Amino acid sequence: MAPRIKLLVGGAVIVAALAWLGFVGFEESKAYYITVDEYHSLKGEIGDKTFRLAGDVVEGSIDRSKPQMEFLIASSETAIKVRYVGSDIIPDTFTDGSKALVEGTIAPDGTFQARNIQAKCASKYEAEYEQRNSS
Amino acid sequence: MANFGNFCLLFALCLSVYALLASLVGASQKQERIVRSAERAVYASTVGITLALLTLLFLLLANDFSSSHVANSSNRALPIFYKIAAIWGAHDGSMLLWCFFTSLLCAVVVYQNRLRYRDMMPYVLAVLMFNLSFFLFLNLFLSNPFTQLVQVFSNGSIQSFIPADGQGLNPLLQHWAMVIHPPILYLGFIGFVVPFAFAFAALATKQLGNTWIRTTRRWTLMTWLLLGIGIVLGGKWAYVVLGWGGYWAWDPVENSSLMPWLVGTAFLHSVIVQERRGMFKIWNMILIALTYLLGIFGTFITRSGIVDSVHAFAASNLGWFFVYFMAIVLAASLYLIYDRRSYLRSERRLDSVLSRESAFLFNNLVLVVSCFAVLWGTMFPVLSEHIQGSKITVGPPFFDGINIPIGLLLLFLTGVGPLFAWHKTSLKSLKKALFWPAIFAAVACGGLLAGGMRNFYSIVCLTLCAFVLTAIIEEFFKGAKVRIRARGESFPLAVTNLTLKNKRRYGGYIVHVGIALMFAGLSGNAFNRETTGQMTIGEEMPVGEYVLKLSGISEGETANYFYGRASMEAYKNGRLVRTLEPENRIFKTGNRQSTTTVALHSTLKEDLYVVYSGSAADSKHQIMAHMNPLVFWVWFGSGVMFFGAIVTLLPDRSRQ
Repeated sequence: MAPRIKLLVGGAVIVAALAWLGFVGFEESKAYYITVDEYHSLKGEIGDKTFRLAGDVVEGSIDRSKPQMEFLIASSETAIKVRYVGSDIIPDTFTDGSKALVEGTIAPDGTFQARNIQAKCASKYEAEYEQRNSS
Repeated sequence: MANFGNFCLLFALCLSVYALLASLVGASQKQERIVRSAERAVYASTVGITLALLTLLFLLLANDFSSSHVANSSNRALPIFYKIAAIWGAHDGSMLLWCFFTSLLCAVVVYQNRLRYRDMMPYVLAVLMFNLSFFLFLNLFLSNPFTQLVQVFSNGSIQSFIPADGQGLNPLLQHWAMVIHPPILYLGFIGFVVPFAFAFAALATKQLGNTWIRTTRRWTLMTWLLLGIGIVLGGKWAYVVLGWGGYWAWDPVENSSLMPWLVGTAFLHSVIVQERRGMFKIWNMILIALTYLLGIFGTFITRSGIVDSVHAFAASNLGWFFVYFMAIVLAASLYLIYDRRSYLRSERRLDSVLSRESAFLFNNLVLVVSCFAVLWGTMFPVLSEHIQGSKITVGPPFFDGINIPIGLLLLFLTGVGPLFAWHKTSLKSLKKALFWPAIFAAVACGGLLAGGMRNFYSIVCLTLCAFVLTAIIEEFFKGAKVRIRARGESFPLAVTNLTLKNKRRYGGYIVHVGIALMFAGLSGNAFNRETTGQMTIGEEMPVGEYVLKLSGISEGETANYFYGRASMEAYKNGRLVRTLEPENRIFKTGNRQSTTTVALHSTLKEDLYVVYSGSAADSKHQIMAHMNPLVFWVWFGSGVMFFGAIVTLLPDRSRQ
C-alpha cells in the first residue's frame, strides 16, 4: 500500500473512533436549555428528562431554612419553584435577582429538583444603573 | 476628561483607517512614500490609543463616577491595585485595553520591519489596520468606556448624574490571578494577527517560501506562550476563587480560549515540516487563518452574549459586527489561498508512515479534531436553537469523552514523534529508540496496577507519561554523552550547552516534559473526592486521609468587605499538619455580593481544599472539603512548559 493510503486509512480510523466517542458522550450529556416561559409549552416533550432551566431568582424567595434550599425562578410571566438537591456549594453569584441556570428534573409535585446551580451576576451591576438613569 | 478620551479614540480610528487605505494605495501604485505615511499613521494611532487608556486610568484613580465605566467597576474604598485592574473590569474598558495592545503590536511590527520586506509590508499593514480599525470602531461606537451617566427626568430633561460612590469591582475579580489573567490572555489572542498578517502578505505578493514563517516564528511562539499562560491563570483563578473544587469546566468562555491554542499548537508543529521538507504549505496557511479567526471568535463568544456563560460579559449588541468581520477575513483568506494554490504545491511527497512527517500529520489531525469537537459542543446550543427551535446543551461527558482519548493520543505522539526520523525510519532504529521508554512504561503500568489503581484512563495516562519522560530524558542523555566524550564537559554543563546550542529542539523537549507532567496532574481528576458537612464548633469530619476539625469561627471587616473566617485544623495520622482558614466575604459595595475564599493545603501528592460557605441560624457551619490528587503537577507542568517555550524564544547568538 502506498504510504498516502495507509495514512488516510489510519486517519479515518482515528477520526471515526473519536466521532463515535463524541456521539456517545453527546447522547449522554445533551439536555434541553429553556427559560421558565418555554417550559410550559415543552412540558410534554421533556417529561422526566434532565434539562436546564434559565431565569431570574425572584427577590426574597430564597428560603434557606429548610434542609434543602428552595427558591423561585422566573421569566417574564411565570415562575417555578426550585428545590436544590445537589451537594456542591451554591455559587457566590447566586443572590436575590441574579440570573440563574439550574440543571435537574421536574418532580411529580411540580417542583424542579436542581442538582446543579449556576448563577451570573455581572450584568446586574449594569442593569441597576440603567434603571436609575431612565427614572 | 472623558471627552478627551473620546477624542483620542476617534483620532486613533481615523488614523488607522487612513493607514489601511494608504498602505493599499501605496502597494497598488508602488509608491513607497505613501506606505511610509501609512506607517507614521500607525505610530500616531498608537499614541492616540495610549492617551485614551491613560485617560481612563486617570478617571479611575480620580474616582470620577460621572463616567459609567468608573461607576460600574470601581469605588472609593477599592485598593489602588484593583483600581488599575478596573480598566478591564467591564467590557468597554477591556476593549480599550485590547485596542491598546493591538496598536502596540502593530507599532512594534512596523518598527521591526522598517528596513525589511518592503514589498510585503503594505499588505501586512493593511491586515493589521483592518483588525485595529474594527476594534476601535466597536470601542468608540458600541462599547465606549467614556460614556457619561445621565439622569432623564419625567419631563424629558436630561441632566448629568454623578453617584456618590461606584458599584465597585466585581468581587470575584479581586484576586491577583484575575488581575493579570485578562491582559495576558488578550495578548495571547491578539498576537496571532502578526503571523496571520505576514501569511496574508505572503499570499498577496506571491512570496510563498518560508520567509513569512521564519520572520514570525517568535511572534507565534510568544503569542502561543501567553495564551497558554492566560488559560492556566484562568484555571488557577477558577480553582482558588470560585470554590467549586476544580479548574476546568468546559465553559464556553474557557473553550473559546482553548480553541485557538489547540490550532495554534498544530500550526507551530506543522510549520516545522514546511521549513524542513517543503510540505503542508496550503495546510499551514489554513491553520494560521483558523488560529487568528478562532481568537476573534473567542472574543465574539465572550462579548456578544451569544452563548451563556458564567464568565461572559453582559450581553451586548456587538454580535453581528463580529460575524461580518470574521466572514470578510475568512472569505479573503480562502480566496487568496485558492488563487495562489499553484505557488503552494508540496515539494515532496510523503514516503513512509513511519516518518517524522507523518507523526506531525497525526499531531495536526488530532489537534484539529479536538478543536472541532470543542467548537461543536460550545456552539451546539446556538445551532440547535436555529435549526430545531429548541436550545440543547451538551456537558462535560461529551467534552471529556472525546478530548481525553485525544489527549492520550497526543501524549503518545509527544513520546514517539521525536524518535522518528525525517523521510523514513527503519524498524531497527525504532526498536532501539523505543527500548528504554517501553521498559519504564511497563514498570510504571505494573506498579500502578499492583498499587491498586483501576481507572483505565488514569493508568494509560500515567503509563504514557513515564514513556514520554523516559524518551525525552534519553534524548538529553544521548546528546550530552556526545559532548562529554568530545569536549570533556561535566554532565550538567553538557546538558545546558546542548540545550543552548539547539534551542528549538531541546526547548521543545522541555515543553513536552511540561506537557507530560501536566497530564500526570490531570489524571488525578479521576480520584477527586468531596465531603460536605454542617459542623458545630469542635466537630470533626474525615476527608480522605485527613481529619478536619472546626476549631472556631471569627468575624471582622476590612475597608472593602466583611468576613467570616472558619479555623479548621487538618490532622493526618493524628498529627496536626496545618490550620486552614477559609473565608466567606460580603462586599460592602454593589449588591453586597458574597464570595468564598478557599483555603488550600497543597502537597505533591494531593490538595486539601476547604470552603466555608456560611453559617445557619442554629450555629451549624457549612463546610465543604475536596481531596484533589496531583493538582500540584498541573501547575508545575505548565510552569515547565512555559519555561521550555521561553528557552525556544531566547535569541540566538550571532554566528561569526
